[in-house]
Amino acid sequence: MKIALPLILVAVTIGLMVVAFVGPGHARGTVGIAAGSALSGLTPKSDTPGQALDNLLVDVQRRNWDRAFATLSKTSGSDEQSFIQDWIGSSGSLRSFSNLEGFDPRPLHITNDEAQMRVRLHFSTPVGPIEDVRDIHLVREGDVWKAVWPKFQAPTVPAEVIPVNYLRWDLVTGTADDQWGSKNVDGPRVRIISMNPVDSAEGAVVMGEVVNEDTIPAFVNVNATLVDGAGNPLDDESSFDKIDHILLPKQVTPYRIDFPGFSLKDVKNVRMDVKAALVPASADPVIGVMNQKLDADAQGKNILHGDLFNESGQTVNIPHVIASFYDGNGKVVWVADGYVDRALLPQSSEHFAVEVPRSLAGQIHNFHVVVNQYSLGRS
Amino acid sequence: MRRSFPLRTTLLLSGACLLVASMLGVSAAQELTVPASVTAGDETAISTTGSGAATFYLLGPSVSRRNEVSLGQEIHLQARELQNAGDYMAILCSGTCRSASFYVNAAKPASVTFLVHPSRVPTGQSDAVSGVAFPFDQFHNLVLVPKTINFQLTTGNSSVFSQPAHTRDGVAWFRTASGKAAGMLQVVASLDDLSAKRAVQQVASDPCNLRIQGQRTANGIVVETEPVHDCAGNPVPDGTIVTFTATDASGKDTVDAPIKKGIAKAQMDAPGAVVVSAASGVVMGNEVRIGAH
Repeated sequence: MKIALPLILVAVTIGLMVVAFVGPGHARGTVGIAAGSALSGLTPKSDTPGQALDNLLVDVQRRNWDRAFATLSKTSGSDEQSFIQDWIGSSGSLRSFSNLEGFDPRPLHITNDEAQMRVRLHFSTPVGPIEDVRDIHLVREGDVWKAVWPKFQAPTVPAEVIPVNYLRWDLVTGTADDQWGSKNVDGPRVRIISMNPVDSAEGAVVMGEVVNEDTIPAFVNVNATLVDGAGNPLDDESSFDKIDHILLPKQVTPYRIDFPGFSLKDVKNVRMDVKAALVPASADPVIGVMNQKLDADAQGKNILHGDLFNESGQTVNIPHVIASFYDGNGKVVWVADGYVDRALLPQSSEHFAVEVPRSLAGQIHNFHVVVNQYSLGRS
Repeated sequence: MRRSFPLRTTLLLSGACLLVASMLGVSAAQELTVPASVTAGDETAISTTGSGAATFYLLGPSVSRRNEVSLGQEIHLQARELQNAGDYMAILCSGTCRSASFYVNAAKPASVTFLVHPSRVPTGQSDAVSGVAFPFDQFHNLVLVPKTINFQLTTGNSSVFSQPAHTRDGVAWFRTASGKAAGMLQVVASLDDLSAKRAVQQVASDPCNLRIQGQRTANGIVVETEPVHDCAGNPVPDGTIVTFTATDASGKDTVDAPIKKGIAKAQMDAPGAVVVSAASGVVMGNEVRIGAH
């Protein structure tokens, strides 16, 4: 009896460890930590397409690249280096700072020898969770299933010289004298040109557009306060990252302010406050938004998608797309945003997609996309 | 039953008796005569009557002084004690106390503080430029005596506005429209031989008659604006964003292009026939149609 309890505890511990290693990859990994190798021999045999995909993605999640690549079909056109780059990104992109947190696979089509699986990938990133959906083809080789991984085509940039007429605004602090009123430079003039409060499934939302009416760049932030019938503030929120903060002269940006858990029926008034500060800024890079189209995707979701084209000679590490959607009267009915997890190399394109709520799809007559950009080493 | 006065009543009666006694005593002991008008930074004197020693107190906006004096002689107040304009009180005590107050006025203006708003203004805006001037003396006292300040606005060598304004309670101001031409607006406030200069940058207003043209190239289409001006003909500054939108049957392309050397230019794929439009801020431009490749 004395040794029974320790033996039971040891057995349970070993059992839990085994479950942890061989279990499917729905458990979330630790953000930012690359896990080590799984114990060989404990991975379930890939005797079904679902199990094969699970095994592959668990290895990817643990960044066990050799094992993951070894589970791919020999018919894959990919080499290990491009397979790794496909998952971890490059050029300081958002994918470089992301971690595969989990995945939800589901079969689309299965025969005796081939299968098509759709997997929803959940990444944790510095800008919040991001989802990606991939369709993966699997084939049966002997008694195991293997994924066919197409070669990842990283954009290649030819060596070239791109002339840039560099436009930049710098701030100079006057040093002439300290007399009162002699050193003032007014802040930029910005204006809210539209505001539309709506109720959404998550709570109240205030959205619209802001224009920089000045001839200098502005750092812009929009705040809103919900006020009840008695004049008391209910909540105060800002546009956070759902706005293009740096506005060049005459540039227009959408903004969206979320009030989770609040309903407009409790709101009597919305107080808006736009703050603008003078900042140094650059007119480059210029990013074109090409082939914009509003479509339903394979899952039936309404998606605005297109391609970002970097017309400059600088790498944009993390492109951020913000789209405003208008009804037939030109009123902003929704603002959506999305990050692109691949870096936008000079003179190259990357695909983007942002989701539109199903309830609004019928109202949308037009849309406008702006691109916010974060580049390492530059403000 | 014996009834006594309350303590508070007793103290009040005692104080009143002492005050009457002291006033009778002062009137008999010393007199204090202060100057009718004093200018900041000037020396002055307070005359006294009576005899014997007394204690003199001077209280002012930035001075508090006590010293022993001889009654019957003048008390000299030095210039540095009277540099701040405002109310002063002189108190002379010799057994009893006597006080008198006088006012120190600001000296003649030595500087003009001038605030102009805004530092940057679009052309052709009414009541867009305003300025306010405050005359101060050499001791930084606001000069409350009415003075005439001339406001002059010039661009290049031409005068666009000139107006004298009288200060009221130490303040004079103006308001006027911005000029038609972009460039530096010099604003001067002058008072006698004093002047203060400020500069207002007049910038082009919203683009006017925004017109674009485009052509197909081997890589797609290239669209560009004609030189972008405001309605007064001033070139819109470089860096101003022009949004080009190309719409065809397959979708839409947009490019936010900055004006460089007066022209905004963008390149788009657009393989099919497209309609291209342009906008800058809330100003719309024309549309051009470009045929398919």
